[in-house]
Amino acid sequence: MHQVVQTFFSPHDFRLAFPNVWAGFQVNLKLMVVAEALVLVFALAVAVVRGLPGRGAKPLRALMIAYTDFFRGTPLILVAFVIGFGLPALNVKAISGRSNFTYGVIALTLVYTAYVTEVYRAGIESVHPSQRMAARSLGLSYWQSMRFVVIPQAVRRVVPPLLNDFIGLQKDTALVSVIGVAEAALQAQAYSQTYANFTSYTVAAVLFVLLTIPLARFTDHLILTRERRERAGAT
Amino acid sequence: MSFVQLDHVSKSFGDLLVLDQVSLEVERHDVVCLIGASGSGKSTLLRCINLLEKVDEGRIVVDGIEITNGRVDVNALRRKIGIVFQAYNLFPHMTVLQNIVLAPKKVNGTSSRESRLVALELLEQIGLSDKADEFPDRLSGGQQQRVAIARALAMSPDLMLLDEITSALDPQLVSDVLSLVRGLAETGMTMILATHEMSFAREVADKICFLDAGVICEEGPPEQIFSNPSEPRTREFLARVIEAGRL
Repeated sequence: MHQVVQTFFSPHDFRLAFPNVWAGFQVNLKLMVVAEALVLVFALAVAVVRGLPGRGAKPLRALMIAYTDFFRGTPLILVAFVIGFGLPALNVKAISGRSNFTYGVIALTLVYTAYVTEVYRAGIESVHPSQRMAARSLGLSYWQSMRFVVIPQAVRRVVPPLLNDFIGLQKDTALVSVIGVAEAALQAQAYSQTYANFTSYTVAAVLFVLLTIPLARFTDHLILTRERRERAGAT
Repeated sequence: MSFVQLDHVSKSFGDLLVLDQVSLEVERHDVVCLIGASGSGKSTLLRCINLLEKVDEGRIVVDGIEITNGRVDVNALRRKIGIVFQAYNLFPHMTVLQNIVLAPKKVNGTSSRESRLVALELLEQIGLSDKADEFPDRLSGGQQQRVAIARALAMSPDLMLLDEITSALDPQLVSDVLSLVRGLAETGMTMILATHEMSFAREVADKICFLDAGVICEEGPPEQIFSNPSEPRTREFLARVIEAGRL
């Protein structure tokens, strides 16, 4: 028992490891914020393009389907390797001289955009066709009805699943440590290798959990209030 | 030339022929009521007139413009034609006022101030001034339907299509909506209504069209259709309506 406490929960090592892990965790926070912002925008764009009507848009739709299929099926760690080590190896000035942080953001964005696209798409499809019909019948164009009628309703509906995916993204920021982004997991690893003690991992875990809990409770709260409202509306 | 003219219009959904060579003329300021059983093609006919449905065959001319030739600007056409649906279809994420000003602002480019004034005037007209900032789910069905009518009127259409607008309402809410439509008829609005409200149709219509299985089986002034129908199928339909206590 003493051994377990000393190895994983040593107060001394907790204090010692904290500053570096905390510094690393701030990198996680930055990764998270930048990637989430990009994902929100790109995923909506992909979802909208995927829903374009008509035969003319078929190649575009196919392209978006290929993209989502590929990146939803590929482990993030592989994408991170390819982006983080592959792009620098290309020796193309515009994309090869970037920081590991940037490559980390690119990898996270590529993978999570594919997930979040599906969330948006479900939201867009959940808006009843009669809404679109009502908008079009007033003379609004396809884009105007999307912009003012369909997407606002879709986005409201998918906020809880969207937050769920972002909880996943928060945790997965740790995975880009494999391409040398000095985030919390990498800092924790460095400490444990230097001092042969694993408490540093506990520090990192605690930080991640502390970040996730409020978001998880907030998501629960949103789902609950929505259910209440819908139940009230049904009576 | 009539204001709205349908010339041998046909429309099918898959194997189901919903409109079969329908021809119809509507003069300016006329109120035309389409009656007939559910599934007889009333709604489809209305939807074809503002191109929410594409016709398979035939021509539709509105205000001298053939709208069925594929080159017409559908958004421009729909600006002139208001449609109100059975299920209201208000935008649930917008307040009553926002519902009404959306199209004038975004489609016509009317200023926020002016479209707001027009909307408030319409709300007063329909007796819902106090609901301007409510969301649709706080309104009764009848109130929502009146807002839907106001939303269509805000575009100052030349033609209103009303698709069974009282069919989803509780009986005690129907009269408010109908009196609004009656008032609209008195202002000279050209209207085509699909309706199950026979006594109302009899009262407001200049012309009644009885549809049966996608065909205009009989048409004429209300007196003739309701008192002295010549087609056996019309008689049969009206007998059933009377039996159900709807006339």
